Amino acid sequence: MTAATTQPATATGPQRPGRATRPSWEERPTFLGQVVKSAALLVVVGLVLFPLYTVLITSLSPSSAVNRAGGLVVVPDGLTLQAYRTMLGGGTVTRALVIGLVLTLVGTVVSMVVSVLCAYGLSRKGSFAHRTLLLTLLVTMFFSGGLIPSFVIVANLFHGYDQYWSLVLPSAVSVFNILIMRAFYQGTASELIDAARLDGAGDWRILWSVVLPTSRAVTAVMALFYGVGYWNNWFNVMLYMPADSEKWPIQYVLYQYVSQGASMPGVGTNMAGAAVAATQAPKLSLQMAMLVLTLVPIVVVYPFVQKHFTKGMLVGAVKG
Amino acid sequence: MTSAPAPQPAPATVRPSGRAVVGPATEPVPSGATWRVKLRRDRSLLLMVAPAILLVIAFNYLPMFGTVTAFQYYDFIAGFLASPWAGLDNFRALFADPNFWQAFENTLVLSMVQILLYFPVPIALALMLNSVLSSTVRGTIQAITYLPHFFSWVIVVSLFQEMLGGAGLLNHALRLHGWAAWDVMSNPDTFKYLVTAQAVWKEAGWGIIVFLAAIAAIDPSLYESAAVDGANRWRRMWHITLPGMRGVIVLLLVLRLGNALSIGFEQFLIQRYAVGTQAAEVLDTYAYWNGIVANNYGLGAAAGLFKGVVSLVLIFSANKLAHLFGEDGLYRGQR
Repeated sequence: MTAATTQPATATGPQRPGRATRPSWEERPTFLGQVVKSAALLVVVGLVLFPLYTVLITSLSPSSAVNRAGGLVVVPDGLTLQAYRTMLGGGTVTRALVIGLVLTLVGTVVSMVVSVLCAYGLSRKGSFAHRTLLLTLLVTMFFSGGLIPSFVIVANLFHGYDQYWSLVLPSAVSVFNILIMRAFYQGTASELIDAARLDGAGDWRILWSVVLPTSRAVTAVMALFYGVGYWNNWFNVMLYMPADSEKWPIQYVLYQYVSQGASMPGVGTNMAGAAVAATQAPKLSLQMAMLVLTLVPIVVVYPFVQKHFTKGMLVGAVKG
Repeated sequence: MTSAPAPQPAPATVRPSGRAVVGPATEPVPSGATWRVKLRRDRSLLLMVAPAILLVIAFNYLPMFGTVTAFQYYDFIAGFLASPWAGLDNFRALFADPNFWQAFENTLVLSMVQILLYFPVPIALALMLNSVLSSTVRGTIQAITYLPHFFSWVIVVSLFQEMLGGAGLLNHALRLHGWAAWDVMSNPDTFKYLVTAQAVWKEAGWGIIVFLAAIAAIDPSLYESAAVDGANRWRRMWHITLPGMRGVIVLLLVLRLGNALSIGFEQFLIQRYAVGTQAAEVLDTYAYWNGIVANNYGLGAAAGLFKGVVSLVLIFSANKLAHLFGEDGLYRGQR
């Protein structure tokens, strides 16, 4: 930041945003102001990163370090992957991770297929029943049956209790996401679509070879939104699948541990007794390793999608 | 939304070119023929929309009809059709339950605290970030601050637990220096501030996006002329930036007020054990516990319906309020 402000205004002109140049009419900031602002922003960033850092370090610490710190480890003192080896060596947490990943993958594919098709299917103005169908979707943004009626319909009418599909299908459609994609399709690809239609391409063809390739940004962002939704979904598990702990995805296992304050599942019964004793990984490290494992998929995917946010989202938001 | 369409799209005279395709004498009415041609032309589009519509009907519209549960003594085995009718009994039981009123009060108080304490944070952060010249620094800070938006409430609460909980980092440090432990995580009196802090940590970065977009939409020449006229940094912020953001601020405030009864269901469900129902029960958790855990579906559905109706009233009033302030709000009636 300081380096940027010392540069003189270059010839590219001040009106380009994202360019680190100060417009000529703007006064130089005071030194004190700069210091206060930098400090405030550092604090904000630190508040986000510090808990993540501490959790990560603790998960990597051997029992000696955890004992010396008497709890969470802030200053690393020897690092080991012992906790992760225990966690991923089969048992409750490993199974829950796999279940969570598979559910996320399947759910995201289902949601994206349904949403892309729907968004494209509604993107042409004046098509058959176009407004009626759009209104059908819009109404659900303002009215909902509520928690209990939804539960009763899924669990009782459709017999979705203890079924994996009830973790996917009821939340498969986000009308908001469809509207954003629709606005994007209408905005970016309309000339190309017209050209393709003149060349005799049908709607399936247009969607596959024109619309999807030209809207990668919005597709990536929407897939992230859906994916994160499925990965983070523990409440539907609590609703529809609370009985059978063999079927739980990782987030719900973590929820059990957080909310009941119980000894961590996985460290408790199935694998743990033997496994923990054998490997000597401290309990706190195991808990933190589980937290980290729950964060990893998001943190891994995030940077690839993050750069599309403004592009993919704001077009939709502005056009609403 | 503003131009609410008639339920049926006008079939006639939309596509005169359709006449060329329609031949058979069995179709005497031309308007009907156009309708059919259109249907045939758009059949693949309709096929594409079908899965989404079916899902919405099954999981959004059917539950709306499922609201009849609120007027039944719902029996899980008997189902909707065979469950005995309760009339307004569920609502009588609901309004006679002091726990319900406690939950209602908690919901309103927690909402108001969040609006007062959370709402200004992303605005302030957006203003601060906007004044950072380097786009690399700005982008990095943004990417970091909106990362927690993608964490589940389970993760957020457990991170808070590790930092501020009884066995957490803060209390460890306090004990190390001989001070009394201060367990924030299970204190009902400060729960509303804890919850707000969690909401700020998780969502403030995400909230920045919209405000930054609003700032970017302000005409830059306004700043230049103001600066030439001698307005300093702060006055430019007060007289140009903030008024430029007013529409967006009001819109988000309206949405927030309209959703006042739907705050942080998952967040409260997770912490309900630690803090106790007196402080942490909100309308949604009340409906969940009474409806699903205690098997009193009728009562739970009644609580849900009550919440839905009050929310609708809230969003209409909030929108009206926005109009009084001269802003568009969420929607405008046709005039």
